[in-house]
Amino acid sequence: MEIAVKDLSKRFEQLMVLDRVNLQIRDKEFIGLLGPSGSGKTTLLRILAGLDFADSGTVSIDGRDSTRLTLDERGVGFVFQHYALFNHMTVFQNVAFGLEVKPRRIRKPAAQIAKRVRELLTLVQLETFADRFPLQLSGGQRQRVALARTLAIDPKVLLLDEPFGALDAKVRVELRRSLRHIHDSAGLTTVFVTHDQEEALDLADRVAIMNRGIIEQVGTPVEVYETPRSPFVFDFLGHTNAFDCVVRGGKAYLGAYQLALDSAARDGPAVAFVRPHDVVLSRVDRATIETGARLPGTALVRFMSALGERAIAELLYDKRLIEAEMTRQSLQDLGLKVGSKCTISLRHPRIYPRQEAEEQTRVAERAAARPRKRRRLRDHLSTLR
Amino acid sequence: MVDTAQHARRAGQLLPLSERPSVRAALIAIAVAFFLSFLLLPLMVVFAEALRYGLAAYWAALSEPEAHAAMRLTLLTALIVVPINTVFGVAAAWAITKFSFTGKNLLITLIDVPFSVSPVIGGMVFVLLFGLQGVFGPWLAQHDIKIIFAVPGVIIATLFVTLPFVARELIPLMQKQGAEHEEAALMLGASGWQTFVRVTLPNIKWGLLYGVLLCNGRAIGEFGAVAVVSGHIIGLTNTMPLHVETLYNDFNFVAAFAVASLLVMMAFATLVLKTVLEARAAWKSPRRQ
Repeated sequence: MEIAVKDLSKRFEQLMVLDRVNLQIRDKEFIGLLGPSGSGKTTLLRILAGLDFADSGTVSIDGRDSTRLTLDERGVGFVFQHYALFNHMTVFQNVAFGLEVKPRRIRKPAAQIAKRVRELLTLVQLETFADRFPLQLSGGQRQRVALARTLAIDPKVLLLDEPFGALDAKVRVELRRSLRHIHDSAGLTTVFVTHDQEEALDLADRVAIMNRGIIEQVGTPVEVYETPRSPFVFDFLGHTNAFDCVVRGGKAYLGAYQLALDSAARDGPAVAFVRPHDVVLSRVDRATIETGARLPGTALVRFMSALGERAIAELLYDKRLIEAEMTRQSLQDLGLKVGSKCTISLRHPRIYPRQEAEEQTRVAERAAARPRKRRRLRDHLSTLR
Repeated sequence: MVDTAQHARRAGQLLPLSERPSVRAALIAIAVAFFLSFLLLPLMVVFAEALRYGLAAYWAALSEPEAHAAMRLTLLTALIVVPINTVFGVAAAWAITKFSFTGKNLLITLIDVPFSVSPVIGGMVFVLLFGLQGVFGPWLAQHDIKIIFAVPGVIIATLFVTLPFVARELIPLMQKQGAEHEEAALMLGASGWQTFVRVTLPNIKWGLLYGVLLCNGRAIGEFGAVAVVSGHIIGLTNTMPLHVETLYNDFNFVAAFAVASLLVMMAFATLVLKTVLEARAAWKSPRRQ
């Protein structure tokens, strides 16, 4: 089913929860609505489901205005964040609910309902749990019951609100894969809401990144990750290092160091955003001091850690904490120690006007706030070792 | 926890939160004495007075036609009032917790009015509305409808006084549960009625029963509001509590206490049921959470 969201707006008192949102969802597409809490993603999903109403704008499903469609015509199934299972019913009764409440003239006989429920329980690998009550199940199992219950009504569109939010990391990845499998084999059009960028990028065909009631960017995971359209999108999709720089005559400079500029930025103060794996370190003594090959000055190594093949060095550069990521081998080859100095060069910087960057992200705040977080991670890593 | 306590006792030490035995004994004694003198003793007196001249006198007092009339009226009142206020309470709690609308907070406050005003005022309001000199008095008199000093007045006053019980019990419960279960049912294609019967009702049944029980207790026991509107017409508009007062004022102590003892027994039955329900709900809830 194709879903077209057009100029959708919704206001809660003073707050614009959705501000003229437009989104085209293609047939059989798996799309993730990604954003921080309060970005409007759940409200958008609830409007798609018909659980909420927009103040203005339209949602059409296969070209028909969804507010004029009955639930059956809409063919939408909704999986709630906290599953909303009926605790006084068994797993079987939960899954059968949508089939049993159908008007008598279209309701299937009990034997057929039972058969369908068993099929669905097999699909979500819960066939032996039919007689359990929801509260006797683990979080992951409850989630699968919720999914089976929704699939029972044969929806064409599946909507999921933070489907894996309350689960631990391992179960989350497993369920992610099985959801993708169900989506593909049942030919569903699926929209899910998440605040977890890894989840969205891993699972979705396309991601819509939302912030403060607007969709900042829609694209495939690779598109949004590689060419983020705004500082917000860059910052939201992964760890961000920020460097103050200046744009002059179509080129970006950090002192004498020239940054590659892949879009025409206006002259003026700017911020270069760089992912940790694009921060390249060199030893001071080994570095040829040719001007312009490295960032001016040196960075101080504050902390290093390695987890598996991946190594992280945390550096203090120009009063900001910088995180560099590389393989463990290359960190060893550098021969750096905590307290030693090194020079930095940058790959693939994304350059945004400083004002925009500071409005949309919390570059300045975070520079001060991060050391504490890092220490916690360090404690965590030391317990792992 | 128990182990630590035993261990500490053996070692002759006191845990920080355990007081000296003398203090403990004194506290328990005060509590028990208070309970005996202010709760148990008065209740015993009721039964002692009722049975002062033996079971036969007790039985005779309860067999008076006036006593029977009072019992019938009280039961009739409860039978009419409790279902009405149950329906109202469920509807109000449903509206307040599942929808957002303007005037919602006002409604929540208004539901509590019968709790906050004196029952006597509750009764007087209806006299002012439906009495002969009242707002609707002349119209009612014209059409020969009697409300004040008649059974409808008793029922209306009781309705007013017991209005908050079911709603008050359900609102916090349903607020805690939220609307997600109902939304899930609707998304699965259930109608509003199916959602209510199959999803909401099972979720609130213990709270609802508890509210009904409290409502019933109050409907049977209400005195103040009913006293104002009933007119104490023996055999016609005297409920059991009013009948107790009438008999007592006539120095007919045995009969007064006999009827009172019935009220006490009803109250006890309510309390026992309430405890059972609470235990039932508590036994269910750890499994539920």
